[in-house]
Amino acid sequence: MKIGVVVFPGSNCDHDAFYAFHDVLQQPVEFIWHQSQDLSGFDVVVLPGGFSYGDYLRTGAIARFSPVMRAIEQFARAGGPVLGICNGFQILCEAGLLPGALMRNTGLRFICRHVRVSVETTATPFTSAARAGQVLRMPIAHAEGSYFCDAETLAELKRNDQIVFRYCAPDGRRDPAANPNGSLEAIAGVTNREHNVVGLMPHPERAVEASLGSTDGLVVLRSLIETLERQPAAVS
Amino acid sequence: MPPTPPTPSTQSVVDAEIKMTPHLASEHGLTPDEYARIQKILGRDPTITELGVFSVMWSEHCSYKSSRVHLKRLPTRAPQVLQGPGENAGVVDVGDGWAAAFKMESHNHPSYVEPFQGAATGVGGILRDVFTMGARPIAVLDSLRFGPIADTPGVPPEAVARNRRLLDGIIQGIAFYGNCFGVPTVGGEIAFEPGYAGNPLVNVLALGVAPKNQLFLARATGEGNPVIYVGSKTGRDGIHGASLLASAEFTEESQQKRPNVQVGDPFLEKLLLEACLEVMATGAVVGIQDMGAAGLTSTSCEMAARGRVGIEMELDRVPQRETGMTPYEMMLSESQERMLLVAQRGREQEVFSVFRKWGLDAVEIGCVTSDGMLRVLHHGRVAAEIPAAALADQAPVYERPMAHPPRSPATDVRVPLAPPRSDLTANFHKLLAAPAIASKRWIFQQYDHMVRTNTLAIPGAADAAVVRLKGTQRALALASDGNGRWCSLDPRSGAMHAVAEAARNVAAVGARPWAATNCLNFGNPEKPEVMWQFSEAVDGIAEACRALSIPITGGNVSFYNDTLGKSIDPTPILGVLGLLEDASRMVQTAFRAEGDVILLLDGRGDAAPTTPDEHAAAREFPSSEYSRTIAGVVGGVPPAIDLAAEARLIEALVALAKESLLASAHDLSDGGIAVALAECGFLAAGLGTDLAAGVNLAGALPAELALFGEDGARAVVSTPESSLARLRDLAAQCQVGAQVIGVVTRGELRIAYNGDTVIRDSSAALRAAWSGAIEQALFGDHPSGQP
Repeated sequence: MKIGVVVFPGSNCDHDAFYAFHDVLQQPVEFIWHQSQDLSGFDVVVLPGGFSYGDYLRTGAIARFSPVMRAIEQFARAGGPVLGICNGFQILCEAGLLPGALMRNTGLRFICRHVRVSVETTATPFTSAARAGQVLRMPIAHAEGSYFCDAETLAELKRNDQIVFRYCAPDGRRDPAANPNGSLEAIAGVTNREHNVVGLMPHPERAVEASLGSTDGLVVLRSLIETLERQPAAVS
Repeated sequence: MPPTPPTPSTQSVVDAEIKMTPHLASEHGLTPDEYARIQKILGRDPTITELGVFSVMWSEHCSYKSSRVHLKRLPTRAPQVLQGPGENAGVVDVGDGWAAAFKMESHNHPSYVEPFQGAATGVGGILRDVFTMGARPIAVLDSLRFGPIADTPGVPPEAVARNRRLLDGIIQGIAFYGNCFGVPTVGGEIAFEPGYAGNPLVNVLALGVAPKNQLFLARATGEGNPVIYVGSKTGRDGIHGASLLASAEFTEESQQKRPNVQVGDPFLEKLLLEACLEVMATGAVVGIQDMGAAGLTSTSCEMAARGRVGIEMELDRVPQRETGMTPYEMMLSESQERMLLVAQRGREQEVFSVFRKWGLDAVEIGCVTSDGMLRVLHHGRVAAEIPAAALADQAPVYERPMAHPPRSPATDVRVPLAPPRSDLTANFHKLLAAPAIASKRWIFQQYDHMVRTNTLAIPGAADAAVVRLKGTQRALALASDGNGRWCSLDPRSGAMHAVAEAARNVAAVGARPWAATNCLNFGNPEKPEVMWQFSEAVDGIAEACRALSIPITGGNVSFYNDTLGKSIDPTPILGVLGLLEDASRMVQTAFRAEGDVILLLDGRGDAAPTTPDEHAAAREFPSSEYSRTIAGVVGGVPPAIDLAAEARLIEALVALAKESLLASAHDLSDGGIAVALAECGFLAAGLGTDLAAGVNLAGALPAELALFGEDGARAVVSTPESSLARLRDLAAQCQVGAQVIGVVTRGELRIAYNGDTVIRDSSAALRAAWSGAIEQALFGDHPSGQP
């Protein structure tokens, strides 16, 4: 089993994701340079947070055209698990691998703080170890995390069980005050129709040790590892 | 003009196109004496390019010509110091083979002229100073000063509105740069005083770490070695930006200098960081320096001077953003995100390939020579030829006249006090909502303070920021502090307090103060009173650092913080780095458990007089935040400082943390013991437990002085009953008083003084006043708007 963490030149959570897998969970992990088109040997691809190519235009708007994204698209279409965190989520939406878009936060400001999200579906490789409705405490750190999609897409997301995380109060209730960025229906993470690609705004890799304030991100990362252990063959 | 052959001879230097006049020199900020000195060094009139080069290198900002004689008095040596002042950042040994590089710098004037970009490039500049040493930046702190942002009697509403806009723009600029670059902004401090309305302060501290044996210096050596330009292209932006903006007073025309402010590109800086660290790892780099103030000029001549060599450059090779740039413009451009490095001859390709990988320009623009000259060629013609050492090290040094300002009548003001046994709860609400004391959450939430997953104490959660050193048990603590109000009343005492408070903050998390950097913000040094303030402050810093055994490893002086002739309060900011050998012993501010015992630690211990000097306390009280906010009185004198007591308290805090005897610790500063106790509860509430203090205090002073006085060398700590005996033993060994004053309760803060309850309210109500005050001041009832 091998985990790949993509490095765009402006990725800045790449080392954090690497550390979480390598040092905390002691899993084999390697970086994938954004110019690379070869994902052979990787069982899962993680697109980390950051500012891929500066993101001055629109988050992920340039990254979606990078060489590595062509390879990731094939990898995803073949059923390979792909996780997009924060900027990674934004890129996956831009690339059309996930439905919807991420807009400026309603307050028009960058927000960095711990939030709580409820697990809305366990039918993904990244939430399979969670309980449905489980509340996870993880940090967000973004200026463009307000999830949006049209009504038709939203209906489809619901029909296909594609909403993965929602912002919520500590007890799991939906509460407008707990929605930090104005996301539609408090959506914090979604999956594709096939459920192998997941994007979320919160940072599970920042919630992997008690000394960092939370270990709830391990639920996401461990789900992945358990899924892979059940299906050991590399996809590509 | 016919082309001149590229022979480096002084003959060809003479530039016939622009006639040199004393007036031109004066327009460049050079005095007649300085101009004469230039003529003497060169043995002729300078060319226009040379004049520009001298003017920036000899500017106050780059040359420290007014401060140098004083800065010599600071203590800079200690066994842990690997690199003291003089390089791009100070470096200390932090154990397990690691070194920490850190430095603080101001970007005051640019941030006033153009808040967003001014603050952003301030962050960019100090980050480069750190990674040019080979250290990866792991933390940033900001010390900020603004005019009032709350409606204030006597301050025109439009001035308050401008302060709000400045605050908003500066915060967003810092966030923009640090967040994209990927360095956590983990702390700092902020204060609001009318004196900063026309001249806000933006001081940025950056910390980086590197393996001790992989540090780099900004030194050119080895004749014939290539000089390589890397990073962003050179444009006309920022000509005379930091160097000259920071070397003259502000006038009404200063807003016209907006185009002189540089524009930051944090993405490019991120590429530059990665490429620089990668190229350093190849072993092909001899020396490297970032291009900050005075751009290519300072980089080339400083690297040459430090290595006692010369550098020759052909400007045609410099990557340029625009066409037709003159040598003058290229040498003075302060375009951001550029570095100059000297590589080993024969290994240039290794350097180029790394920069190509990161999509950055890397061009050989010259070489190291042995003649000690900075020689600048343009189209093969010599545009400047100056002894590098003359530029870097032989700038004029001034012993400017100093004068003790006349004794201020403010010294004698007194605060009208409430009658004995009064309920002070209403006043306390107001004090908690003062912007200086209120929660800074609205600010630090705009900063990514967690990236790199090293942040053990998020902003506001502990007295100092704490970042761990992955791969070791260690963590580094950082605090920056300064009190302009106190320094304006007594610069020496105020500066000592700044050192003591920063050191105390670091110790409160359990870290041993290890080294310090500073950023000295003052008015126009040509005013004798300002120079006196500066000299006094330097003496205060020196005395306090000696008493607390903290070496100064570098810093920055920002003079000319004057607008329309009025100087700011003298504001020395101290950044203290602390070392925590076992990160798991870190102590934070929040109470941890109901029933824990609350103690007041006092460094004066048994030496504290049993009957306090009520007269002295009344003289000091007008300098407190309570006096300003509740009584509207500002004056008096800073609290008397007792450095020996500070040193004992620091020892005690470190020793207690080491034995894990503290559930929480919080030093006493703005707002005194009452505010400190409340904050310990507020922060616990933030973690989901509604804890508060139930405290009985006793003493001979009037209640307000006892509750809100800001004497140093004190901290409130809490501990489980089971640790109490050991805690008191250890405190006694350190000769620190440890008086039990109450217990951690739930739901309600209650403070009694001499048996009367003087503050009592639900912790939720108090917390609401404290937590929303900054947003309320900025936006009123429109919490997500723009000021």
